[in-house]
Amino acid sequence: MTNEECKKAVLDIIADIAPDEDLSNVKPDVRLRDQLQLDSMDFLDIVMELRKRHGIEVPEADYTRLASLDSCAEYLTPKFNALAAKS
Amino acid sequence: MNLARIVITGVGLTAPNGNSLQEFRRNLLTGVAGIEWLDVRYMGRLLAGVCHFDALKHQKKKEVRVGTRAGSISIWCAREAIEDSGISFGTYPRDRVGIYIGCTEHGNVETENEIYAISKFNYDTKYWSHYHNPRTVANNPAGEASLNLGVTGPAYTIGAACAAGNLGLIHASQMLRLGEVDLAVCGGVSESIHTFGIFAGFKSQGALATNDVPAKASRPFDMARNGIVVSEGGCLYTLERLDDARARGARIYAEIAGYGVNSDASDYVLPNPVRQAECVRKSIANAGLKPADIHIVNTHATATPLGDIQECEAIRAVFGEGCPDTHINNTKSFIGHCMGAAGALELAGNLPSFDDLVVHPTINVDHLDPACALPGLVVNTPVKAARVETILNNSFGMLGINSTLIVKRFVA
Repeated sequence: MTNEECKKAVLDIIADIAPDEDLSNVKPDVRLRDQLQLDSMDFLDIVMELRKRHGIEVPEADYTRLASLDSCAEYLTPKFNALAAKS
Repeated sequence: MNLARIVITGVGLTAPNGNSLQEFRRNLLTGVAGIEWLDVRYMGRLLAGVCHFDALKHQKKKEVRVGTRAGSISIWCAREAIEDSGISFGTYPRDRVGIYIGCTEHGNVETENEIYAISKFNYDTKYWSHYHNPRTVANNPAGEASLNLGVTGPAYTIGAACAAGNLGLIHASQMLRLGEVDLAVCGGVSESIHTFGIFAGFKSQGALATNDVPAKASRPFDMARNGIVVSEGGCLYTLERLDDARARGARIYAEIAGYGVNSDASDYVLPNPVRQAECVRKSIANAGLKPADIHIVNTHATATPLGDIQECEAIRAVFGEGCPDTHINNTKSFIGHCMGAAGALELAGNLPSFDDLVVHPTINVDHLDPACALPGLVVNTPVKAARVETILNNSFGMLGINSTLIVKRFVA
């Protein structure tokens, strides 16, 4: 998985948990909370959906790594690829 | 004790056969039922009353996703009632508003959904939603309405099984009289069709209706009745003290005349006609009236073989003699049993009788059960009444909770 594919996977999740938001112009280097109406429960949703859809665990200590699309890609892409290598 | 007069100034509702009082009433007068087939988890296709309001009129998509169906119904009804009342809500002091919503139960839907969801993950509870607790707390429907409306006054639910809709109005009247709030948004809601448990429970009890024709399934007082049609729905009113309502020139639908609430203390599920009659008498006395002064009695009857007969026994005991102007009807024959919303919705369906003097019927009576042949029962077609000054609304529930609410034509 590339970083761009990872960002798309995260955006697909956000599209479901924040259905009123326009995601066509999300800036990858800006904190998601600074450009979208997302609260702490929504971030728990992102963590839950990563677990449910992709089998990826994000420990609480790493929640800050999901701050922006860029940081998501940096943190999650290796996890996606590690899972793919296992299967 | 000189109690403040309490009046109804707004109505917001969603019923299986209508999303406004006008639509609901029209269908009650033209015999249009609202029962359909619904796929129920684990059980397949069952008869149910389903509401078709547009939740996104008053909620964002995210609110609908995060919240509950009962929350959506509450928000719809509250917003519609406030709009109907003509109150300038934008500038209204929100700390003086109370939200009092009757519920049969709350939390079963969300709990069943979560158990089903984790069943797909070998029952690993790490997949259990972090929304489970805010969705299942008993105050959820009122809490969601307070969030949506920005109401900072008291907002909570009243658990009273299927008597809850009436209890919402009764409790609101009491809070207004105590001066706790200046505006009450009150009534009842139910999301019960989204839990298989309520269907399965009634089926195990031998009390779930079956019929090949959905519109014919809910048939109180008919010989062929065979149980309850489970429905969702909601109806919330704006209630105000008369002085406040008149000061702002509000349209007044009706005045709260009196009420009675009691308990059977005799069985978990079986009704008790002695206590029901006692409740009805208490309400009439509370209103300062006599049985002959009641012009419409809306029955609770749910179309169970025994329950209908027992309520008829209670009504006969109170209205059996000397009540020539008393008409008796039933709304569940159109919409099924809306549980916590039933009392509030059924009252609403009758309110326009103050204006048109027409009493809506109970439908689906092909062969009237002689044990239910009450004098004044309005069967299958509406009747024009000589007078409609009062409406008495019965709502009874499991564990023996009985409620009767009387409203009267507003006369200054």
